[in-house]
Amino acid sequence: MLNGAVLVLLVPALFAGLLLLVKPERLAARLNCVGSALTLAAALSLIVSRPQSGPTLLVDDFNVYLVVLTAFVGFTTSLFSAGYIADEVRSGRLTPLRLRFYHAMFQAFLFTMLLALLANNLGLLWVAVEGATLTTVLMVSLYRTPAAIEAAWKYFILCGVGIALALFGTILMYLAAQPVLGSGAAGMTWTELLEVAAEVDPRILNLAFIFLLVGYGTKVGLAPLNAWLPDAHAEGPTPISAVLSGLLLNVALYAVLRFKMLLAANGAAMAPGVLMTVMGLGTLLLAALMLYRRRDVKRFFAYSSIEQMGIITFAFGLGGPLANFAGLLHMALHSLTKSAIFFAVGHAIHAKGSQRIADITGLTVSHPALGWSLLLGIVAIAGLPPFGLFMSEWMIVSGTVGASPWLALPLVLGLLLGFGALILRAQSLCFGAPAGDSRPLQASLAPIYVHLLLVAAIGLWMPAPLVAWFHSVARLLG
Amino acid sequence: MGEIGYDVAHLLGTSILLVSFALLYQRRLTSLINAFAVQSVLLAAAAAWQGWIQASPHLYLTALIALVLKAVVIPVALHRIIARLGIHRTIERVLGVASTLALAVGLVALSLALVLPLAGEAAALTREDLALALSVVLLALLMMISRRNAIGQVVGFMSLENGLILAAIGVKGMPLVVEMSVAFAVMVAFIIFGVFFFQIRERFDSLDVQYLERFRGEGDR
Repeated sequence: MLNGAVLVLLVPALFAGLLLLVKPERLAARLNCVGSALTLAAALSLIVSRPQSGPTLLVDDFNVYLVVLTAFVGFTTSLFSAGYIADEVRSGRLTPLRLRFYHAMFQAFLFTMLLALLANNLGLLWVAVEGATLTTVLMVSLYRTPAAIEAAWKYFILCGVGIALALFGTILMYLAAQPVLGSGAAGMTWTELLEVAAEVDPRILNLAFIFLLVGYGTKVGLAPLNAWLPDAHAEGPTPISAVLSGLLLNVALYAVLRFKMLLAANGAAMAPGVLMTVMGLGTLLLAALMLYRRRDVKRFFAYSSIEQMGIITFAFGLGGPLANFAGLLHMALHSLTKSAIFFAVGHAIHAKGSQRIADITGLTVSHPALGWSLLLGIVAIAGLPPFGLFMSEWMIVSGTVGASPWLALPLVLGLLLGFGALILRAQSLCFGAPAGDSRPLQASLAPIYVHLLLVAAIGLWMPAPLVAWFHSVARLLG
Repeated sequence: MGEIGYDVAHLLGTSILLVSFALLYQRRLTSLINAFAVQSVLLAAAAAWQGWIQASPHLYLTALIALVLKAVVIPVALHRIIARLGIHRTIERVLGVASTLALAVGLVALSLALVLPLAGEAAALTREDLALALSVVLLALLMMISRRNAIGQVVGFMSLENGLILAAIGVKGMPLVVEMSVAFAVMVAFIIFGVFFFQIRERFDSLDVQYLERFRGEGDR
């Protein structure tokens, strides 16, 4: 049975196997782009003709949007990666064998992400997130430097624990469903669970959700289990930092939201939003403060990702049509903006030969196109108009003022702190006199332009069908 | 089946938890690995027993995987790594034995308090098995925190997976997918860990994770 959803999964799986066999690096990089482009095409076909959901795969408004986003960012990242990797090969940092492995893992990672999004079975969802952990651990340790191995080790141990807690939560979920749905696969199927959610024991649901929130929350980068995230971003190849921030965090949050929907459908269970708002706010404040002390540019933007995930988690925790709408919008825009920033940062690191913020100065002078794009990216992520993130942050703040005004104070404080750090760093990165040696850029900046244009376009004018779609998903989330 | 079925399952679950305590206070790497092997054998027995009383044959497969992979293959491989690298020394702990065990008792109490009031409709056996399993999971977490050694952390991680499987087999009719995937994940994880060991060895002449802490990346670079 070959439909769009199966095709979305089949393409990256096949290309992962194929790329393991391809030796010439230029060809492999091109095949990687082709595979990602085909995946994107398959993902877009889901919008036009939506396949029936079965017990294994599920397609609804909520995940179609994320599938398309994931495939799109995956495609642009593969384009960026082709240029980036060519540069790495010239400088001799990567051996041919590792390169082959890198391309295969890139596709395998896309496969696990898309599988997690499309899975209807909670066990399958868990396996996919676990698979994503394994592939990314391997990619983070790609350079085999001591720092990279430490980052990979920390990532593996922390996310291993997180994923184990999530499995315990999944088992509890099945335990809750088993008296109603009987033994077997039905008790693990999300759509079946949603239908009977009102009848299951709310106490088990509560406990399961706590485990799932902490477990999958580790992968979202929620405090206090976020220590893996900056190191994993900083020590791996930059395309991987882009997909970690742009895709993996979203997918983990998606898993949490699916479970939140189950709890919301059960009237007697606790309100899952409260926990999420608390964790979101805590993460936002912590990350905003941490931003000021970063000296490594990739770590800096990794903390910014933690901050943004805190905002998004907070928005979903708040719930209601407005905050959910804002959360969905923010999720998409953050993916696009942050991956664009990492593309620019990757080029900047190559141009300057260092990851230290102190070594990267005056980019607008030495590399005008790159410098100005990075600046625009930072302006966008800081939440300034005309970019779309201004709109979504504004909606989150006004939603908070409407729902529970006293929560708006820490939220605005966190936003301002993050804003200050970003503007401070933007100045030193982009302006001033260029320091140290710098090399001319050879790679294309097109992926950055496309992402920034999209973010700006959404900020200025959101097409009506898109608004309607987001509204329907926001209602779905309750 | 009634009484006997309940008693034996309970006995096996409790023994697994007991070994978790033993894992916490082992001083030598080799005895740590042996204790883990014992825990895996007990887990295999528990899975097989559950397979019999629940009349679900796929649990025998789970038992077999636990027995072959976690009780034999992985411990033997770990012993070999230790022999080859010549690290027979004792391992440092962050906390003393007494305080670790006191914490452990607290964690068991916590998991009983969390799980036992739940599951009004579920059978008593399921409920108590789940409480035991959660205890094993929490003790394994404690072990991972309190060991500075890479092998110690790996054993802790696998003990954690043992706890998860104990939970999964206790719940009636849990689909096979999950158990297989857990076993599979452990296997894959182990391969990766193996890669790491050699990398760490190459770089530092030691398997002590503490040596890695120097490379936080933000320090003196």
